[in-house]
Amino acid sequence: MTKFTKDHEYITADGTVGITPYAQEQLGDIVFVELPKVGQKLKAGDEAAVVESVKAASEIYAPASGTVLAVNTALTGEPGLINSAPETEGWIFKLALDDAAELDGLMDEAAYADLTK
Amino acid sequence: MAEVPAADLKTVLLNDRHVALGGRMVPFSGYSLPVQYPTGIIAEHKWCREQAGLFDVSHMGPSFLVLDQKSGDGEADHAAIAALVEPLICGDIRGLKPGQVRYTLLLNETGGALDDLMIARPAAEGWGGALYIVVNAGTKDADFQRIAAAAAGKATLNRSDHCALLALQGPEAVAVMRGVIPGAAELTFMHYGSFDFEGSKLVISRSGYTGEDGFEILVDPSHAALLFDRLLGDARVKPIGLGARDSLRLEAGLPLYGHDLDETTSPVEAGLNFAVARRRRDAADFPGATRILSELGGVLDRVRVGLFVEGAPAREGAEILDLQGAVIGRVTSGGFSPSLNRAIALGFVPPDKAAPGTPLQVLVRGKPQAAEVTATPFVPHRYVRKPA
Repeated sequence: MTKFTKDHEYITADGTVGITPYAQEQLGDIVFVELPKVGQKLKAGDEAAVVESVKAASEIYAPASGTVLAVNTALTGEPGLINSAPETEGWIFKLALDDAAELDGLMDEAAYADLTK
Repeated sequence: MAEVPAADLKTVLLNDRHVALGGRMVPFSGYSLPVQYPTGIIAEHKWCREQAGLFDVSHMGPSFLVLDQKSGDGEADHAAIAALVEPLICGDIRGLKPGQVRYTLLLNETGGALDDLMIARPAAEGWGGALYIVVNAGTKDADFQRIAAAAAGKATLNRSDHCALLALQGPEAVAVMRGVIPGAAELTFMHYGSFDFEGSKLVISRSGYTGEDGFEILVDPSHAALLFDRLLGDARVKPIGLGARDSLRLEAGLPLYGHDLDETTSPVEAGLNFAVARRRRDAADFPGATRILSELGGVLDRVRVGLFVEGAPAREGAEILDLQGAVIGRVTSGGFSPSLNRAIALGFVPPDKAAPGTPLQVLVRGKPQAAEVTATPFVPHRYVRKPA
């Protein structure tokens, strides 16, 4: 089940991380993405990536602790995928979680929907 | 980001229009203004470069300075009012021809920029002894006080920032204008006039802040919505927010006061030598003349340049490094160019690093990225200087 952070990242059960449709809407047109390195170890809350809109840069934090398994290199050439398909082709990186139970502390879809109401 | 509470924000006359159009309202210079509409900044930016964009810039400071006692001799009255404002600025106002608009700078005693502004001489004979003056939003109260004080007892400054100020910009702007105010389409770049619109008078200049051809239009509160709707009723026109206004002016290499210009920056450092009039240089009779004339003679510590930046945008405040990694300057405006699909920036560097083609670096999130000095504008201006 997909979980959500208060900073508007999502993380799927298989560890795929991106930003929510709400977040991409707030940021506007994404023009640049700085990806983490494959193999990089992250603690929950660490700065993992940066997405830049026309107006500003926003940090993307690791929703949980783990090791970066893969990054979405398609974003380098086409950062706008985060706008057009934030939950599918616009994913940012994938984590091998240290402890899947860490996700229990994050919001579920209903709680996140409340946050963004 | 520090946000001013909504209660403290002023709204523009056309606020309801912006909200109805889906504008995302943000605080800017004390006003609530649309940063973008639903199509987003990149689409708005490109539309303005290809068609025509309508901007609400009513937060700015339009005003009229009018002689208290006119002689009736248009030339003498113009000379008299020019003499009141010239001590504050480095431009030649006395030399303006009727209907001409000039970009100039309000300077402090050390030659630093208090603001950049437009000053225009009315075209109509009966309007000798008046000037149309438009200043920036963030500085308007101080500017108006300064101008009014300099003119005290001889001329009166009438603020018009209760009106709406609209900008119509883009290659189709003139065709759109021809359909709404035919006479205004005959203006050439940096000229203005007064035109009838549905029983009201519009003050229209052929000018703008995008690098495109276009117009800036001052309209009375009673006719603001009518004009806005009329212009937007043309399929070639879409509303454009502050986000694209910033990316358009950045591509055009135009400085933004408070960012690329401030009280420490001289016109020469900012690359605005053209705004220091020949007559004023010869007379050395403007604020900070000693410094500015010495800078014009080549004694200069820093100069504004354009930069192509590789990779992530280098934002305002980013350090500029030489190839050895020494800090040599700072980015004052930086972002993404939708037209060029790459990061661009304006910043200040020492003159020996300012030649186009000079390889430099910028520090973004602690990491150096390649950058190269480039001539500005990044995207060529398309002003219409002569009638087509």
